[in-house]
Amino acid sequence: MTVSNPSITAPAGKAPVRQPAGAGAAGGTRKSLRERDRSGYLFVAPFAVAVGFFLVWPTLYGLWMSFTDQSLTGTGSEFIGFDNYAEAFSDPQVWETLLHTLWFTVLSTVPLVLVALIMALLVHTGLPGQWVWRMSFFAPYLLTSAVVSALSAWLFQPDIGLLDTWMTQLGLQPIGWLTDEDVAMFSIALVTVWWTVGFNFLLYLAALQGIPQQQYEAATIDGAGGWRRLFSITLPQLRTITGVIVVLQLLASLKVFDQIYLLTGGGPNGSTRPILEYIYDTGFTNYRLGYASAISYVFFALILVFTLVRLMPARKEA
Amino acid sequence: MSVADLVAVRRASAAQQRAENRTLTKLTIGPSPWARAGALAALIVLAALWLVPLAWGTVTSFKHEAEAALPASWWPAQGWTLEAYQQVLSNSDLLVWMWNSLVVATLVTFLTVLISAMAAFAFSQTIFKGRGLLQWLTIASIMMPGQILIVPLFRQMQALGLVDTFWGIVLPQVVAPVMVFILKRFFDAIPSELLDAARIDGAGPWRLFWTIVLPLSRSILVAVAIFVFIGAWNNFLWPFIVTTDPQFMTLPVGLSTVKNAYGVQYAQNMASAMIAALPLLVVFMLFQRRIVQGVATTGMGGQ
Repeated sequence: MTVSNPSITAPAGKAPVRQPAGAGAAGGTRKSLRERDRSGYLFVAPFAVAVGFFLVWPTLYGLWMSFTDQSLTGTGSEFIGFDNYAEAFSDPQVWETLLHTLWFTVLSTVPLVLVALIMALLVHTGLPGQWVWRMSFFAPYLLTSAVVSALSAWLFQPDIGLLDTWMTQLGLQPIGWLTDEDVAMFSIALVTVWWTVGFNFLLYLAALQGIPQQQYEAATIDGAGGWRRLFSITLPQLRTITGVIVVLQLLASLKVFDQIYLLTGGGPNGSTRPILEYIYDTGFTNYRLGYASAISYVFFALILVFTLVRLMPARKEA
Repeated sequence: MSVADLVAVRRASAAQQRAENRTLTKLTIGPSPWARAGALAALIVLAALWLVPLAWGTVTSFKHEAEAALPASWWPAQGWTLEAYQQVLSNSDLLVWMWNSLVVATLVTFLTVLISAMAAFAFSQTIFKGRGLLQWLTIASIMMPGQILIVPLFRQMQALGLVDTFWGIVLPQVVAPVMVFILKRFFDAIPSELLDAARIDGAGPWRLFWTIVLPLSRSILVAVAIFVFIGAWNNFLWPFIVTTDPQFMTLPVGLSTVKNAYGVQYAQNMASAMIAALPLLVVFMLFQRRIVQGVATTGMGGQ
């Protein structure tokens, strides 16, 4: 871990500090004098206390709660073993909301990667108006979920909303964007793509700027056209970053809550309710904290699988 | 080389890199006017689509309430008005929530950057017993999604009496193990000659940290700070759980309660959304380059 690898933190290929030969290899040829500093405890203490207090403790406390029948209103709680987990595995609501979460993850991840890639490729051509393109694509990412929901609820408004007005003008039937059970999740995915694609777009743009220029020069001299350069140089060079973006996006999409809760409240008819909302409802609306904790840990197990997949390529690099 | 020299060298190399990027971009698309026109058309269509929701919200917010509910028109027949803004600013707690958000996001950013940078310095430049174990614990905690901790964390805040307080909103948000690792990797790359020279001159760890490591890492610190600030400003779930008193709500949480209170007041609804959207959009316009860079360097979450 002591050997530095600036390329990991600088995807754009910008080394954080210009390195004289061998200088970065602190643990390599030459022993650093850092052993003299024994004040590490003091420096790490505030962070360690925060982690212990707001991460380790709630993790353990939540695990313990999941084995009890603790309620938000009652004072006492009893140890009930694996009862909560047994209930969770046979609770159709758990499976249903888990399925909604996975369905949303698929619906949102595919366009969030593809549209971001297309945007980045188009902007990276160096056409005039760079500032405008970046602003347009990234601006929605700066909005908070409540603003995003207010804006999109107004667009989706039945009959008088902008989208339905357009449908009518095109001679089509108005759509129940958020009221039709078969449509609502697509509408939410659409909003999510609009809201967060700018982030992936910037990651792709940074990766594109890191592709060595010489490759394009050489290809141009060899007579490769624009499409050829795209498929033979650009896209293969983006393979690593695409893997990273896909996994980051999967993890982000699995944790969906805000926009669904604010736009449909999980409806119509519970058809869009994600697992996080079920956890919230169980704990804070039905006061069943013990059971909510158990569902949290079932959900955690799922996320852990995705996280481990994410960490794998990093290990290969090291 | 002094610290100032190093910083200057780094700036110069960054400028050089930017210049290279500028020439590079021209080679990804052919000189063919058709290809360029096609790409430009695609960009214009995409950008227009992406701006429609914001533009439509803005137009609605400047309409008279009576006209806002009429079938969509981009140019209000009854003229433009600030009515909705006046109503919203005088009848809701919008400004209180905005102030709360500013306080919360600033506290979260300051504390997160400070304790993360200190921990990163400890991991990168000092040796102490248990360092390996702590680093391992930090990596492991990256895997812990905060969302699943809402139930036990709320209980903890109740026990501490921090429900409906700023500290209750702020403290659980300052744990950012990913940022520690991003910073550690950056600190690792600082030439050890520089630090050793200072050590030989008798500089203690505090001086190393404040006068060498932090000034050399200004760009990454700003990047991390921007990233943390956007996240804290926009965070919904945790503030939503830990606040019930409107006087302590942050902007996202407060706004979500307004939606229900106003019912069908579309113009007012859009006016409050626009007011809430404005601060970060202005910040983005002012610091675009920094923010774009910050997302690129920290957004990968230490990958």
